[in-house]
Amino acid sequence: MRYWFPYPLLSLSLLMLWLLINQSVSPGHIALGTMLGVVFAWIMVNLQPDKTRLKNFGRIAVLAGHVAVDVLRSNIAVMTVILRAGRRPANSGFVAIDISLRDENALALLACILTATPGTAWLEFDRQTGVLLIHVLDLENGAVWSDLIKRRYETPLKEIFE
Amino acid sequence: MSHLTDLPTWAAIPVCILLLTGSAVTLIGSMGLIRLKTFYGRLHAPTLGASAGTILICLASMITFAVLQNRWIFHEILIIVFVILTTPVTLMLLGQSALYRDRIEGRNDVPRKSTGEQPDTDI
Repeated sequence: MRYWFPYPLLSLSLLMLWLLINQSVSPGHIALGTMLGVVFAWIMVNLQPDKTRLKNFGRIAVLAGHVAVDVLRSNIAVMTVILRAGRRPANSGFVAIDISLRDENALALLACILTATPGTAWLEFDRQTGVLLIHVLDLENGAVWSDLIKRRYETPLKEIFE
Repeated sequence: MSHLTDLPTWAAIPVCILLLTGSAVTLIGSMGLIRLKTFYGRLHAPTLGASAGTILICLASMITFAVLQNRWIFHEILIIVFVILTTPVTLMLLGQSALYRDRIEGRNDVPRKSTGEQPDTDI
C-alpha cells in the first residue's frame, strides 16, 4: 500500500485538482486523475521532499480565519497608504525577525501568507541564523510587527507542522 | 455577450459589486506603482491585485456562471490558489535582487547581511 501510494494526500489532491479542472466526475476522468495522482506521487519520491505530518487540524481552521481577516484588513490599509501617498509619504522600513521554524513546508506557507497579505513582503531568510527579513509598507514600530508575526503566524504554524 | 442579459437582477447586483470592488482594488494597486517612491514600497502595490483583486473578480465570475448554467462552479478557486501560490516566487526574486544590488552598491539604508540585530528602520 505504501509502495503504491507514497504520498496519499498528494495523490488525492491531484485527483481533486484534475476533476475540478475538467469539471466532471465521469468514471473516465476519475481513472485518469487517479493515474496522474499516483504517477506524480512517484516522481515526488525521487525529489525527496521533507516529510511533514500535519497535526492539529483545528489550528489550521483558526489560522485560515486569521489570515482571511488579515488579508482584508491589510488590503484596506495599503489602499489608504497608496491613496494618501501624495500628501504623506509612506513610512516604510525593514524588519528582521528571529524565526524558529525550520520545516520547509511551514516556511513556504509562511511566505505565501506574508505575500498574500499586502503591506508585508518577504525579502530574505537566512537558514543558518534563522533571521527573516521582511519589508513593511506602513511601519510604526518594528518590534510590534515582529511580535505580531511571531504570535499570529509562527506559533500556529509550529503547532501544525512540528 | 448577449446571454449575460439573462442574468436575473438578484444575481446581477452582487456580481456588479464584486466586479467593481475587485477592479477598483486592482486599479489602486497599479496606481501604487506610480505613487510610491521607493522600490521596496512598490513591491507591495501589485499584491493588492494578486490577493483581494483576484479573489473578488473570481467570486463574481463564479456567481455569474453558476447562475447562468444553473450548477455549482468551483474551478475559479483554482485560479485563486495558483495565484496565491506563485506570487511569492516573483516577489522574492525581485526583492532579493534589489537587496543584492543595494548591498553591492553599499547603500546605507538597507540592512546588512543578517546578523540578528534590529536594522535601522527609517528610510
